[in-house]
Amino acid sequence: MTERLSVEELRRLAKEIRLISLEMISRANASHVGTVFSCVETLACLYGAILRVRPDDPQWSDRDRFVMSKGHGAAGLYATLALRGFFPRERLNEFYVDGGSLYGHVTHTGVPGVDASTGALGHGLALAVGLAAGAARLAAQWRVFALLSDGECDEGSTWEAVLLAPAWKLFNLTAIVDYNKIQSLGRVAEVIPLEPFADKWRAFGWDTREVDGHDVGALLNCLDPEAWQPAGDRPRCIIAHTIKGKGVSFMEDDLLWHYRIPKGEEYERARAELERSA
Amino acid sequence: MRSLLRVASENPRVLLVTGDLGFGVLDEFRAKCASQFYNVGVAEQNLAGVAAGFALSGHIVFTYSIGNFPTLRCLEQVRNDICYHRADVKIVTVGGGMAYGSLGVSHFATEDLAILRALPEMTVVAPGDPVEVEQLVPQIVARPGPVYLRLGRAGEKPLHQRGTQVRLGTPTRARQGSDVLLLTAGGMLPVALEAAGLLETDGTSAEVHSVHTVKPLDSEAICRLASQFSIVVTCEEHTCLGGLGGAVAEVLLEAGIRPAFRRFALPAAFPTGVGSQEFLRTVNALDANALRALVRSLISLRRSQSFLSAQP
Repeated sequence: MTERLSVEELRRLAKEIRLISLEMISRANASHVGTVFSCVETLACLYGAILRVRPDDPQWSDRDRFVMSKGHGAAGLYATLALRGFFPRERLNEFYVDGGSLYGHVTHTGVPGVDASTGALGHGLALAVGLAAGAARLAAQWRVFALLSDGECDEGSTWEAVLLAPAWKLFNLTAIVDYNKIQSLGRVAEVIPLEPFADKWRAFGWDTREVDGHDVGALLNCLDPEAWQPAGDRPRCIIAHTIKGKGVSFMEDDLLWHYRIPKGEEYERARAELERSA
Repeated sequence: MRSLLRVASENPRVLLVTGDLGFGVLDEFRAKCASQFYNVGVAEQNLAGVAAGFALSGHIVFTYSIGNFPTLRCLEQVRNDICYHRADVKIVTVGGGMAYGSLGVSHFATEDLAILRALPEMTVVAPGDPVEVEQLVPQIVARPGPVYLRLGRAGEKPLHQRGTQVRLGTPTRARQGSDVLLLTAGGMLPVALEAAGLLETDGTSAEVHSVHTVKPLDSEAICRLASQFSIVVTCEEHTCLGGLGGAVAEVLLEAGIRPAFRRFALPAAFPTGVGSQEFLRTVNALDANALRALVRSLISLRRSQSFLSAQP
């Protein structure tokens, strides 16, 4: 297992994930830079400190399982995996391009460190529920984490899984919602309001906390199952309040960057801003 | 279900997950293998996704529900979560074809073979009688990856003779004959055997094979059989699109084997009529008499064609 990074190191990891995924997305003419940037701190904390995984042995049977239900954030996950040593960084050049080896949505085939393929929204939490229930019946020590987008909380299938996990007392399951408040065609509050969002999860039986999803220290406290063990074997839900496009001033909280490809002068400005950031 | 119970009692990794259906049918399993039984509630998308998760954690998972519910309702979960991950999920449905009779179209599984057959990695199995089910279930457990097992209703009569060996992937002969080849999927086996009996009184000898494994289709066996007969009819309680008939037609045409060929199946439409499965088969021209009539018309056609081709 890799050693646990400090808060300072996690911040640096997050910065690197942003820079690398920006470059990947720009080079590949891909979209979803905004959705990647909103969950970067979560990915950094998970892979830098929380998940028990072995980059040199990705199929280690006791590894924690992570389901990136918001599969369109693939660039962020792949950058994280490369930075943590699951595969060489050069492989990121194979993202999204002709003859490449990394799809634009999270894919398990041939990608070390990825357990579950996603991309169609509303699938990941059910998969995570099955994994967690499977671990429980095997009395295995590994834990299951799923990262959801707020948009996929429109999916009925998400709520089927939200309903089931507490009924099955899945103490080993953590759902994190990247609540950046912008979905595919507009603001969550205007498309299908989710509020009172945390209360909904609580009402379904999840022990739920809200956190600033860009505050590494606060995120760590929430994510760490050792630090927060709900009573009654309830599953845990973390509503991570985030900003779409976080880290680049002209991308922040703007729907456009769900789609727009950072090129040319925009790319340079974004990169310069990220490099300057702490 | 008894076959599954036997397998589960020997292997603790075998799980049964239901979408809140199986009243009465699952009781014995539930009583004897309680820790291997799960109910996700009336939530088929969850059923498929959770089953995939169970499978990815090292289990062999049987999901159970009626016809379209664990298949069409959650088709994308079946495709992405089960098939793409090559998850060891075996989807078991009851009510294949129009087995649920008066319950209506929502409960008819009449496009399932075509739809499930189209999914990569998916094995499609529609046994013709309890002898087949009993022998196929352990083979399905042993076969890695997703399987769709389409059953009728409990209480069908055994049709194969004692001692018949049933092998997953290979058609099973149910009747020997020399004039006409009838290939069946699922619950049409008894109909084809009955029709074969009627044809015998007409002086026509029909051979019947249960093609319980619709996918992967044993194309070698299908071609070998079809080349021995001048008339080949596929029989299925399914629309004529993309099921066994389509699968056999694809194979024969590509192999250049050209018997007189027909698909004995439902038209490309919803079935009509209200009533029992038996009644609906009659109303929708899917019973033994209709099959006999189809075969007789093919025999006449064949005769007139050979008569014409014999003219100078």
